Amino acid sequence: MALLELQSVSKNFGGLRAVDEVSFQVEPGEIFGLIGPNGSGKTTIFNLINHFYPVSGGRVIFNGQDITGLKTHQICQRGIGRTFQVVKPLKRMSVIDNIIASAFLRHRSMGAARRAAEESMEFCALTHYAKQLARSLPIASRKRLEIARALATQPKLLLLDETAAGLNPSELDEAIELIKQIRESGITVIIVEHIMKVIMTISDRIHAINHGQTIAEGSPGEVARDPKVIEAYLGEETHAQSRGN
Amino acid sequence: MEVFLQTLVAGVLKGGLYALIGMGMTLIMGVMGIINLAHGQMMMVAMYLTYVCFHYLGIDPYLALLISMPGLFLLGVAVQRFTLNPLLKVESLLPENQVLMTVGVGMVLTEICRFIFTSNYLSAKTGYSDDTFFIGGISFSVALTIAFLFAALLTAAMFWFLIKTDLGRSIRAVSQDEEAAALMGVNPARMRTLTMGLGASLVAAAGTLLLPIYYLFPDIGGPFTRRAFVITILGGLGSTVGAIFGGITLGLAEAMGATYIGMDFEEMVGLVIFILVLLFLPGGFKRLTKV
Amino acid sequence: MRGRIVALIALALLIVFPLEVKDAYYRHLMILVLMWMTIGTGWNVLAGYTGQVSFGAAAFFGVGAYTAGIISFKLGISAWWGMVLGGVACAIIAVPFGMITFPLRGAYFALGSLALGEIFRHIAIIWESLTEGMVGILIMQTFVSKLPYYYIALALAAASVLCVELVARSRLGYYFVSIREDQDAAASIGINTTRFKMISMTIHAVMTGLAGALYMNYMGFIDPEVVFSLHDISIMAILVGIVGGVGTIFGPLVGAFIMVAVQEVFRTAGFGTMKALSQFLGWNFLETLTKYIGMAHVLAFGVLVVVVIMVLPNGLVGDWKKLRRLFIRG
Repeated sequence: MALLELQSVSKNFGGLRAVDEVSFQVEPGEIFGLIGPNGSGKTTIFNLINHFYPVSGGRVIFNGQDITGLKTHQICQRGIGRTFQVVKPLKRMSVIDNIIASAFLRHRSMGAARRAAEESMEFCALTHYAKQLARSLPIASRKRLEIARALATQPKLLLLDETAAGLNPSELDEAIELIKQIRESGITVIIVEHIMKVIMTISDRIHAINHGQTIAEGSPGEVARDPKVIEAYLGEETHAQSRGN
Repeated sequence: MEVFLQTLVAGVLKGGLYALIGMGMTLIMGVMGIINLAHGQMMMVAMYLTYVCFHYLGIDPYLALLISMPGLFLLGVAVQRFTLNPLLKVESLLPENQVLMTVGVGMVLTEICRFIFTSNYLSAKTGYSDDTFFIGGISFSVALTIAFLFAALLTAAMFWFLIKTDLGRSIRAVSQDEEAAALMGVNPARMRTLTMGLGASLVAAAGTLLLPIYYLFPDIGGPFTRRAFVITILGGLGSTVGAIFGGITLGLAEAMGATYIGMDFEEMVGLVIFILVLLFLPGGFKRLTKV
Repeated sequence: MRGRIVALIALALLIVFPLEVKDAYYRHLMILVLMWMTIGTGWNVLAGYTGQVSFGAAAFFGVGAYTAGIISFKLGISAWWGMVLGGVACAIIAVPFGMITFPLRGAYFALGSLALGEIFRHIAIIWESLTEGMVGILIMQTFVSKLPYYYIALALAAASVLCVELVARSRLGYYFVSIREDQDAAASIGINTTRFKMISMTIHAVMTGLAGALYMNYMGFIDPEVVFSLHDISIMAILVGIVGGVGTIFGPLVGAFIMVAVQEVFRTAGFGTMKALSQFLGWNFLETLTKYIGMAHVLAFGVLVVVVIMVLPNGLVGDWKKLRRLFIRG
């Protein structure tokens, strides 16, 4: 049975149809990639799964249960964690406090929460930052903090939103490693990514969208060769070239 | 029926003045994103200024507009430059510092006026303050009607300024998108200061026009500040047209409340409307006009 | 650790204070200080820790005061029971108060809470059959001496501080601060922001209400303009919080002390030192100056607000390091 299933999910913002009847299934244990050019609706889909916005149509099924109407915190309690494209650290709290706050979802006592937070910190290689304020972290560490915080809620499904943006090549390799390790620990991952290298290397399957609609789905190789996908991206590249990039 | 019409008239006329108060505040809110809780106190200063002009210089209140409006413009500019602009650079736990600062400014203004003029109730009754004229059995207060006409004039002038002049357009640009405006050569800091001055002069006009038919004491600012933000929220943030609707609506609601429920309810009406709007129509009237 | 020791010393001093100082005037001032410590601490939970800056604390102070007053005046029950009931009443009122204001973000929350506080004031004036309207409520005070009131106020303040200390280091505290820092992120890590904001509001409401009930018992007389006052209660609570330091435990305590002191210093023109000085020097103008300073105490308040916000936006305790650097360098 699929872990997460989107059934004809749509979202309207006034007159703009940001997401148009998108359906897909994510199997437990896989790394599922969601790609598309800028503004295609990728982050909106995450916001719909997470109930940041209510859906305008369709259903979201998680673990066999309809979670379409649930509130964001309830969805987290059910086992879906997420990171944000523009990271949202709890700025004036220390790194470890950020994660402890998150760990309290599954652990009642201070001691247990702290231990869980320390584990999460170590997993994401943040231990030496423990006492530092979140806002003083460099961008790559902030992204890892987002992940560590989400992991502390013990999710079954992790939504990673543009984790790789803004990272230099070595940081990128570290990020890819981390995502693989997350999958190995038994967590299913949906990754939204704009950077081809990342998503092609680690995804098991990819779902491509453009203008809020599905244009292709399949293995990375299949999707990369799909003419509609090439056109969507090439179209964007041509656009970029004409601006003198 | 007659009572109803009478109340309607009184409400709309007063509403015209309220619109001036609301417009000033909504401009400030729209352009600078701050809630000026000293708005009513600025109006009080204008009223005292008008009082001084009337009692010591023999200047008719309506002429005093020429003094109070520029005067309060300068006050607004000073407040913006010396107390509010510095705050933009200060980092603190609570973003509401700007609001608090305006509260402080309001207190200082109130107490300075109390210092100079004492807490006594003052008034500036002109020869025609209590005159009325009749149209079809409904009495119109002369002073209130003149005030309404002036208010309408000033409102029209404000619209002309905002739509037709470069400066006005720059102000609107900053209220819509500060960064974009800056990129196009508009100086946002200057626009903010200008707007504060403009807002202050509008509320000054309202105060000056109100003095002949109202009374004056240092604590008069508070209720008017509250009315100002009720009108602003009613009309929709940053919408000058909305402020007009909001002002008239509040004027009507207060008049109706006073006539049909009781004098005590005048202020409560505004507050209750405020809460209701915040809860059920968060965009104010502006929201209603968009599809 | 050092903070803990300072706190214990301060507590010891406070306990001993009225035994050494018998002057009713100073005892009165300290009772006010203790009352404001409680109110400030309660406000701090909602505003400093949870980031919801309420301009409507007066609503709860008044409800607490009136509950105690009405119980005593109308039903003849001791106003101390009124204190318990006042706390309960405030906990109940906190629910609609929160439900109305929490959907509002930022400055709208401030305005909404301000409006609600004012609505309560107007209700108290208009609903004469319940509250006696502008006439106010007068009750017999239980104690003649100030001593018992002092210790009750101290107990209340100490209990409030203890409560906040426990909260700050618990799951509740972490959740509050998470909501303050980023409500959306907080929801994403499983925090039911509405529920926890309500808990925060309830703590604020009960502490403020208990202080109000204490006020009723201590002063023996209240009216709507006093206990539901925007400037004297709601804004004073905010000042106590920010002057001392928002989001710190000791901030409101320091703030309460300073605000009451400033108020008195100006009201009495330096506790009469100016007057004494003018008599000593025989300079008449000093005496006139004294009179003016006395009248200007609210002005001074306003100026204080302006200065503090600009220079010490995080309060005395919050900006302590900044303050120290200022003195060490200069």
